[in-house]
Amino acid sequence: MTRTITPDTSATAVISVEEQQFNDLIEADSRIEPRDWMPEAYRKSLVRQISQHAHSEIIGMQPESNWITRAPSLKRKAILMAKVQDEAGHGLYLYSAAQTLGATRDDMTDALIAGKARYSSIFNYPTPSWADMGSIGWLVDGAAICNQVPLCRASYGPYGRAMVRICKEESFHQRQGFEILLELMQGTDEQRQMAQDSVNRWYWPALMMFGPPDDDSPNSAQSMAWKIKRHSNDELRQRFVNMLVPQAAVLGVTLPDPDLHFNEETQQWDLGTIDWTEFHEVLAGRGPNNAQRLQRRRDAHEDGAWVREAAAAYAVKQIALKQSAGTKEMAAS
Amino acid sequence: MTTPGDSAAEIWPLWEVFVRSNRGLSHVHVGSLHAPDETLAVRNARDLYTRRSEGVSVWVVPAAAITTSDPDAKGAFFESPAGKNYRHASYYSKSEGVKHL
Repeated sequence: MTRTITPDTSATAVISVEEQQFNDLIEADSRIEPRDWMPEAYRKSLVRQISQHAHSEIIGMQPESNWITRAPSLKRKAILMAKVQDEAGHGLYLYSAAQTLGATRDDMTDALIAGKARYSSIFNYPTPSWADMGSIGWLVDGAAICNQVPLCRASYGPYGRAMVRICKEESFHQRQGFEILLELMQGTDEQRQMAQDSVNRWYWPALMMFGPPDDDSPNSAQSMAWKIKRHSNDELRQRFVNMLVPQAAVLGVTLPDPDLHFNEETQQWDLGTIDWTEFHEVLAGRGPNNAQRLQRRRDAHEDGAWVREAAAAYAVKQIALKQSAGTKEMAAS
Repeated sequence: MTTPGDSAAEIWPLWEVFVRSNRGLSHVHVGSLHAPDETLAVRNARDLYTRRSEGVSVWVVPAAAITTSDPDAKGAFFESPAGKNYRHASYYSKSEGVKHL
């Protein structure tokens, strides 16, 4: 359908019928679906956010798959494999959601392995101990859930629906992580030390997962106006810390923030100052594992090329076989 | 409109996945996936959408094979039922209080 572009000459901008429909849907808190008209900026912003989210799930398999071969028991190994498989699944749900916006899978993959696309910085930290499997589940997946639950109501239908599935599965991730830490905290002094050390390393990076503070978050306002995002970064971060404090008490771990204290007035936990220089360093590609994570993804993609090619060649051959069988049948009748 | 996945830029096409959660229920759309052919699409669908016993049967359909109503024509296309609330049982209020009706 052609759209008439009306130059904005009057005081009140005249907008197209489609744009008015889009605005009305957003206003009514309804959902935008793939074939609806949408502003180009909305589409672009969603492709960016959903593909970054997908990349994060895919790269996020690496820090944990690191421990599959060394999990302390068969039970823990099976759980960890199921969790890593879930992360792959989450990446695939999200890539499909981005494809409904016209992005191609191959372009998204290429952008990731070329180092042009972003993914969550949290996955650029190393996992040197088994306790890190606990901290990732409890803190990293915990922060992710906090971020993702409101995304289930995102204005773009396929994104919201993918998030509903993801959130359902994430709750197992967080609980299994909590359980790993709890078991370590009930173990020997050495095990307790391992758990505390791991929490010390993951706490601040997990808080940074919510993104920069509100006054330094350029895309947030537009994203909230479009109802993709429902709460500000600082609001979600605060909500997360409020949940963490009592959980840390159950575990018996100390959160590594000496300034953390309960504010009687606001009834919230006030946190100390976050070191954003570290966040920007990791974001700029200078985190402990940035290069390694990308290299591993690139290698996996290149090493798997023959599988993709063989599957595509097989599919083409099957179609040709079916067609020639069809021709023969027609000739016979 | 070209269906994403159905282009030269993409090696594997996109498939829509429908899962029957239990015998006696309909297949319901659960999402989409990427696969070279229908056999692998069914396998991928099992791995991707039924890891927690969500289904007893899976359908996959090439996304390009689906014909939809034009979303821009929303109003006109679905106008017919509007104003015909006599098609609903709730329209008939005089029988209120009468049992088994």
